[in-house]
Amino acid sequence: MTQLALVIDLNVCVGCHACVTSCKQWNTSGPAGYMSDDNPYDKDPTGTFFNRVQTFEVGDYPNTETVHFPKSCLHCEDPPCVPVCPTGASYKRESDGIVLVDYDKCIGCKYCSWACPYGMREIDEHQKVMKKCTLCVDRIYDTSLPEAERKPACVMACPTNARLFGDVHDPESEVSLAIRERGGYPLMPEWGTKPANHYLPRRKTRITIHEDELIRADNPLKKERKQAPHTIEGPTLDDSTMW
Amino acid sequence: MHPAFSVIFLTTLSGVGQGLFLALVTAQSYAAVGFIELHNPSAFFGIGSLIALLFLGAGLFASFFHLGHPERAWRSIARWRTSWLSREVIVLPLFMGVVFIYGVLHYFGWDPNVLGVSNPLQGQLSLLVGLVGTVICFALFVCTAMIYACIKFLQEWHTPLTVANYTLLGTASGFTLATAYAAIQAPHLTTLYAIWAVIITLAALVTRVWSLLRNRRIQYKSSLRTAVGISHSNIVQKSQGFMAGSFNTREFFHGAPRQVFLAIKWTFLVLVFPVPLLLLAAGMASSRAANVRGSRRSYRRDFATIGLSLFVMATETHRKKIWDLYGQVPAYMLFNGLFGHSQLHQAQPRTILHT
Repeated sequence: MTQLALVIDLNVCVGCHACVTSCKQWNTSGPAGYMSDDNPYDKDPTGTFFNRVQTFEVGDYPNTETVHFPKSCLHCEDPPCVPVCPTGASYKRESDGIVLVDYDKCIGCKYCSWACPYGMREIDEHQKVMKKCTLCVDRIYDTSLPEAERKPACVMACPTNARLFGDVHDPESEVSLAIRERGGYPLMPEWGTKPANHYLPRRKTRITIHEDELIRADNPLKKERKQAPHTIEGPTLDDSTMW
Repeated sequence: MHPAFSVIFLTTLSGVGQGLFLALVTAQSYAAVGFIELHNPSAFFGIGSLIALLFLGAGLFASFFHLGHPERAWRSIARWRTSWLSREVIVLPLFMGVVFIYGVLHYFGWDPNVLGVSNPLQGQLSLLVGLVGTVICFALFVCTAMIYACIKFLQEWHTPLTVANYTLLGTASGFTLATAYAAIQAPHLTTLYAIWAVIITLAALVTRVWSLLRNRRIQYKSSLRTAVGISHSNIVQKSQGFMAGSFNTREFFHGAPRQVFLAIKWTFLVLVFPVPLLLLAAGMASSRAANVRGSRRSYRRDFATIGLSLFVMATETHRKKIWDLYGQVPAYMLFNGLFGHSQLHQAQPRTILHT
């Protein structure tokens, strides 16, 4: 069984919000209708979004780091928002695991938003139906698009390639490899919702550099006329590798 | 959470209607076995059922106003297998139908002996309908409460105490209304109803305080650490990803100052329990005095006044109770408003960990 999902690399997300604007642009222009805004160019702008980037500061000053945290529907494998829906407007597709809302059936009771532990659902204040990330379902199967562009708009837009898209049930897919090899984790696993989207953690990348790797003590290539000054006492790296 | 007033009206009004119906069936059961005498049962039960129906109807009417698309409300019966909301949508009109039949049977006196001619029980058909209605009435209480109690992420709600609170507070307010109603329609039943109202109110006090204590000690399963998956004791939200709020900040944060929020708990506890109990006691004393005086008119007036004020009190406090319930923040709303820039859009730093 297929379970499409996003894997978001917190290590490289720079918080540029390109995924947010790209998501909004694609999904407000689609056949499902616009995503309404209020006061978009005025005081207190607000509106409907499928995807938002939040920013957290982790640690105690001065040892802090900034974590930009894109959040959108996690397409849980056991989505708590689906069984509470009284009309069946909220459903999870058998074929690819995408959780969707049928805007023609939704009565706008907001019950599903109470049942989502991640706060990923938003009501459209003007169309009065519940909206959420569709994983660009109207894009990823569109055969009129080039093969390489059949990805969610946010994935296409990300300048640092922090967003990966694929089938997390296929053990050899790019996303499965990333989860497996780079410590991908789900959000709030304690509730048993089994989110399909995963996050790749921040990583500390350190390399060990010895001083004589920076200073070529014996200048083996003789590029310059003059020999480099000997500043290191005793044998150097070059002494052991070049003779 | 930010309470939708229509939902509060629905739960309060239908709770009163359900409680009143239970009170009517109680009186009929007592009369059937000869505990009490009924002077004009057809009018008493007929008009009582009508009042219950009006409350239930008003609740049903109010419920439409929290929907984005009320014209599609009929669709909400579809998922009764999984959704408590769907079940409530089915059971409420069903209950109203039974109350209607119950009232009609009484008012027109259509009460054949369905248990056999030789059976001495009076009003057999309406009594059976009343018993069926009682079962449906409790089912409705369960459905209404389970809408809230089944959300496991909201640990304050996810407890059988939610069901107990809804049932007992609804029944208490219904019996209080029945006391007022009886004061006008059947004065000799007022004491019976008043005593039951006191008992149920005290029971509600017990479960309510129990749930307050439970919620005070509650251990939250989720924290900001599990929400963003970063293991550090100091994580601060610097941006929510928008400037002027979103659906989440509007729906899940009531925006009331913390003092108001805390005051509600105590006003509720005072108004819903001691005040009605004192009023009931005063009402019973006054009715005894009126009995002695033999002035039927003052008797009625006293009880009607007290019953009515009681009822207003119960409704008001029931509303507060639900407000209080709504005042719980989803423990999982960790992504929004708990931290950082909350002052920018009225989302309060939450009372989440204290209530």
